[in-house]
Amino acid sequence: MAYALQQLINGISLGMIYGLIAVGYTMVYGIIGMINFAHGDIFMVGAFVALISVVMLVSGGIMDGPAAILIVLLVSMCVTALYGWTVERIAYRPLRGSFRLAPLISAIGMSIVLQNYVQVAQGARVKPIDAVLPGGITVIDSEAFIVQFSYMQMLIIAVTLGVLAIFTWLVTRTPLGRAMRACEQDRRMASLLGIDTDRTISLTFVIGASLAAVAGTLYLLRYGVIDFYIGFLAGVKAFTAAVLGGIGSLPGAVLGGLLIGLIETFWSAYFSVQYKDVAAFSILVLVLIFMPTGLLGRAEVEKV
Amino acid sequence: MTAPLLELDTVSSGYGAVQALREVSITVAPGEIVTLIGANGAGKSTLLMTICGDPRARNGRVVFEGRDITQMPTHQIMRLGLAQVPEGRRVFPRMSVMENLLMGAQVAGHDPAPLLDQVFALFPRLKERETQRGGTLSGGEQQMLAIGRALMSKPRLLLLDEPSLGLAPLIVRQIFAAIRDLNEKEGLTVLLVEQNANLALRLAHRGYVLVNGRITLAGPGRDLLAMPEVRDAYLGGGH
Repeated sequence: MAYALQQLINGISLGMIYGLIAVGYTMVYGIIGMINFAHGDIFMVGAFVALISVVMLVSGGIMDGPAAILIVLLVSMCVTALYGWTVERIAYRPLRGSFRLAPLISAIGMSIVLQNYVQVAQGARVKPIDAVLPGGITVIDSEAFIVQFSYMQMLIIAVTLGVLAIFTWLVTRTPLGRAMRACEQDRRMASLLGIDTDRTISLTFVIGASLAAVAGTLYLLRYGVIDFYIGFLAGVKAFTAAVLGGIGSLPGAVLGGLLIGLIETFWSAYFSVQYKDVAAFSILVLVLIFMPTGLLGRAEVEKV
Repeated sequence: MTAPLLELDTVSSGYGAVQALREVSITVAPGEIVTLIGANGAGKSTLLMTICGDPRARNGRVVFEGRDITQMPTHQIMRLGLAQVPEGRRVFPRMSVMENLLMGAQVAGHDPAPLLDQVFALFPRLKERETQRGGTLSGGEQQMLAIGRALMSKPRLLLLDEPSLGLAPLIVRQIFAAIRDLNEKEGLTVLLVEQNANLALRLAHRGYVLVNGRITLAGPGRDLLAMPEVRDAYLGGGH
C-alpha cells in the first residue's frame, strides 16, 4: 500500500511534465493541423537554457531559494519562446498553403537541426547539476517502506498547476485565446473578422514553447542530468499523451500526460523498468485501435 | 453623384486555373443596397471574397472609400469598415453565440456592449441562445448569428452572401426586413448576393446581373425585375 502510494506520487509528478509538453503538441495540431516534431527538442532547449541559467546563478553565488528557481524558470521560458517563434517563422510559415506533408518533413528537419546545434554548442556529454531543492517530507514511515514526497515533486506539481491555470484562463477568457480558438475552428473566417492569423499562429508557438520550457526546467531540476538527446523520448511520450487524451483537446493533453506518467511509473515498479517505454507505447497502439479520437477528443464530423 | 463607397474597376479573379471573374466593374454608393444576382457558379461569392482580398484580384483595382485595397492582406481590409456574411455562414461551431458575436467586435476597438444590445434587439432569438454553441443552432439561427457577428464590427459596408439559402420563407422575410431596417435607420450600405432574384431586386436600389463571371446587365432593381431576359433567366420556372 505504502509502495503504491509512493508510485502514485512519482507517477503524477512525471506525468505533469509530459502533460506540459503535450499541451504544446495539441495546441499546434489544433491550429494548423500539423504535428510539430521539433517540439520535443524545444523542451530540450528549455532544459539547456535552464541549465545555463543555473550555472550562471551558482557562479554568481545566488543560486538558492525560491527566487532563484523563479528566475531560472522565467529566463528559460523567455529564451525558449524565442526559439519556438523562430522555428515557426523559418520552417513552417513559408510552407503554409503547400501540400500537407511539407511542414511535417520540415519539422523533422528542425528537430535534427536543434539536436545537432545543442550538441555542437554544448557538447555531447551528459550535463549534471547539483540538487537545487533537496529533501522532502516523509508521508508514511513504516517498517517496510518509507513514503517520501520530495520538495522537488511538490514544486513540479505546484508550478504545473499554476502554469496550467494561467494558460487555461488565457485560452478561455481573453481575446487572444478567443482568436486562437477562432483560427483553430475556421482560419479563413477568422481573417474575415480582421484577425491577423499569422500572428495568432506565431503566438501559439510562443505559448507552446514556454510551456515546454517550464517542463524542461522542472525536468532538469528534478533529474539533475540532461543531454542533447532528451527531447526525442520525452517528445514521443508527450505526443503519445496528446493522442491518448485526444489530439486537439487541451484538457485531454494534461490527462494523457498524467496517464502516461502513471502507466510508466507503475509498470517500472511492478513489472520491469526495461520495458516501461514499451508499456507506454503499447497504450498508444491500443488507443489508436479502439478509440482513434482519444479519451477527450471529438469526432471530425460536425454539423455545418 | 457622391463618391462611391466601393468601386471595382475591371477586376479579374479566380481560384487556381479557374477564372471566376472577368473584368467586373461595379460601384456601390454610400447608403445604397446593391444586389448581384446570377446563377449558381456565376462567380457571385468569388466577387465578395475578392473584395476582401481572398483570393486577391489578378487584374483591375478594388477601391474602398477612395483607397486602393487590391493588394492589402485580408485582415487589414476587414479593419477598414467592411464586414462579410460569407457563403455557408461560417459560424464558429465550438464557440457560444456570445463568443461568436464578440469575435465580430474583436479588432474593432470599440465597446461591444451597445452593439450587443442592438443585435439582440434585431434578433431576439440570439439572446435566448446566448450560451449555446454555434454548431448546435438551426440554419436560420446560424444565419442570424452570422449577420449579427458582422454587425458587431459596426461596418459601413456589409457584404451579404445568400442570406436566404436553405431557410424557410418566414425566416427569409425576417432577415430581409432586418436588412432593410438597418439600411433605412442606420444608413448601412449593403452589397447583397442572391439567387432569389425576386426578393433581392425588390429590396435593392440597384442590381447587377452576373453571368459566367461577367456583368451583363445593370440598373435599378425594379427596372431589372421588369426586363424579360431577367424574368426568363432568374424569375421563371428555372428556380
